Amino acid sequence: MIEIKDVKKGFDDKQILKGVSAVFETGKTNLIIGTSGSGKTVLQKCLVGLFEVDSGEIIYDGKSFTHMVEDERKHLRQQIGMLFQGSALFDSMTVQRNVKFPLDMFTDWSHDKKMKQVNETLERVNLKDAHNKFPAEISGGMKKRVGIARAIVLNPKYLFCDEPNSGLDPQTSMVIDLLIREITKEYNMTTIINTHDMNSVMEIGENILYMYQGEREWVGNNKEIIFSKSAKLNEFIFASEFLRDAKDMRMLEEKGIIDNDRNMEDVMRDPESHLLMGENDKRDKSE
Amino acid sequence: MKFFSVLGNYLLLIKGMFTRPENIKMYWKELMHQCVEIGIGSLGIVSIISVFMGAVSAAQTAYQLTNPLIPKSTLGQIVRDTVILEFAPTLVCIVLAGVVGSKIASELGNMRSTEQIDALEIMGINTKSYLVAPKILAALITIPLLVVIAMFLGIWGGRLTSTLTNIVSGDTYDKGLLDGFSAINVYFALAKAYTFAFIISSIPAFYGYNVKGGALEIGRASTTAVVTSCILVLFADYILAALLL
Ligand SMILES: Nc1ncnc2c1ncn2[C@@H]1O[C@H](COP(=O)(O)OP(=O)(O)OP(=O)(O)O)[C@@H](O)[C@H]1O
Ligand SMILES: [Mg+2]
Repeated sequence: MIEIKDVKKGFDDKQILKGVSAVFETGKTNLIIGTSGSGKTVLQKCLVGLFEVDSGEIIYDGKSFTHMVEDERKHLRQQIGMLFQGSALFDSMTVQRNVKFPLDMFTDWSHDKKMKQVNETLERVNLKDAHNKFPAEISGGMKKRVGIARAIVLNPKYLFCDEPNSGLDPQTSMVIDLLIREITKEYNMTTIINTHDMNSVMEIGENILYMYQGEREWVGNNKEIIFSKSAKLNEFIFASEFLRDAKDMRMLEEKGIIDNDRNMEDVMRDPESHLLMGENDKRDKSE
Repeated sequence: MKFFSVLGNYLLLIKGMFTRPENIKMYWKELMHQCVEIGIGSLGIVSIISVFMGAVSAAQTAYQLTNPLIPKSTLGQIVRDTVILEFAPTLVCIVLAGVVGSKIASELGNMRSTEQIDALEIMGINTKSYLVAPKILAALITIPLLVVIAMFLGIWGGRLTSTLTNIVSGDTYDKGLLDGFSAINVYFALAKAYTFAFIISSIPAFYGYNVKGGALEIGRASTTAVVTSCILVLFADYILAALLL
């Protein structure tokens, strides 16, 4: 579990994070969502120490990261895996050596044992036949997978992903999302994902933090998010008319109005009236 | 003001290199890799320019040495001293500032802008000592060797033109080479080589490591790095000459 308390961070005289508090739970996919420029990346970089916070505290399983000395942090970081927005693969190394690198650096395993772990991890992220290719020779989706493989090869306790599916088609995005959720469960990791992809939010949003201009605006899960009362959040997630319609549909469904195909057709014919319908009307109509 | 903050950051980078390596074997591998990159990588260009600078200094000296009272062997002596004292260390290092400097600056700049440096930091690796230190150390090992090679090749280049164009015979040239030879000059040249090696590796490393932005800034950083290290090499050249000669 990672806990942050009133984290503030600014650059020069511009305040980016204006006191954010949150709890990221173990074994769950924790999402940080928000519009471009709302400070998601800055928050994540503060969490792993690439930026120093101006004030506030970051606590990893009861231990204050903010007050750790450099050596303790280095130690903790060996339990952290991170997938960067641009993958950040070492471009002078093959896929295999990229994934093997953390093992080379931090274990004294035999070559065979390392290779076994590398191959297993690459298999885990469904990457075959790319072992000896260089990062420049593989597709964006494959790069993300190599990035994930490199991040999890040492079985970390904490996994950070900055926009794991930006620039990917919806199908590949979904595969990556599900992969991240699966390994989170499998290794019981604390996973934190930055995203503004609504598919991910709905699919793997077990604990969602919505950021608005550097502040925590809303917290909840993917079941709760569509019923949220926060105007700013609604504006963000239901940005398109299509999604607004989808939300209305979902609301109706939740209320039990749409219960069969015939009714569905009714709704399609005249959505407005159905939206306004109460419980009583429903009974009347269906009889 | 800006100068002091740059200087401060530079000193912090140098200080940050001195930490215990996470894994000696990996650092050793990186050092060897850099020795090959820097040393073997610039051997070709260093060889070519040293032969030519020896040849040019022989031809020009011969052109000026018209007085019949001066023995012909003086040519060898003059070529030897100019090559050892100035041409081999300074000229070679100016060229290497371009070759090695831009390579170091753009490599680190690219790693910074594609977040590879951040990725290493997240793994718990001290990137100052893992990325920067091996480059500087490799430069300190290989560049003085390159300078020594340049001395031999320069002197040989001078001998080659002299004999080919019949200015002096090979024997006369060789006699001049041994006349009044003092080892101090070689030590002095090596002192310069070590100083320059440090400059042309650490300055580009500093500019590359601190790149902010993308491809454009990487280009800019490597230009600044090369220009700054060239100026500093010449400046150090003067200081060392004033101090040690
Ligand atoms: N190193 C930095 N120096 C100065 N300002 C920065 C720095 N990094 C980020 N910022 C500023 O912080 C703000 C938030 O940026 P951040 O990258 O966190 O946004 P984001 O929510 O991740 O957006 P996106 O969804 O586009 O990735 C931006 O206004 C940006 O200009
Ligand atoms: Mg971002």
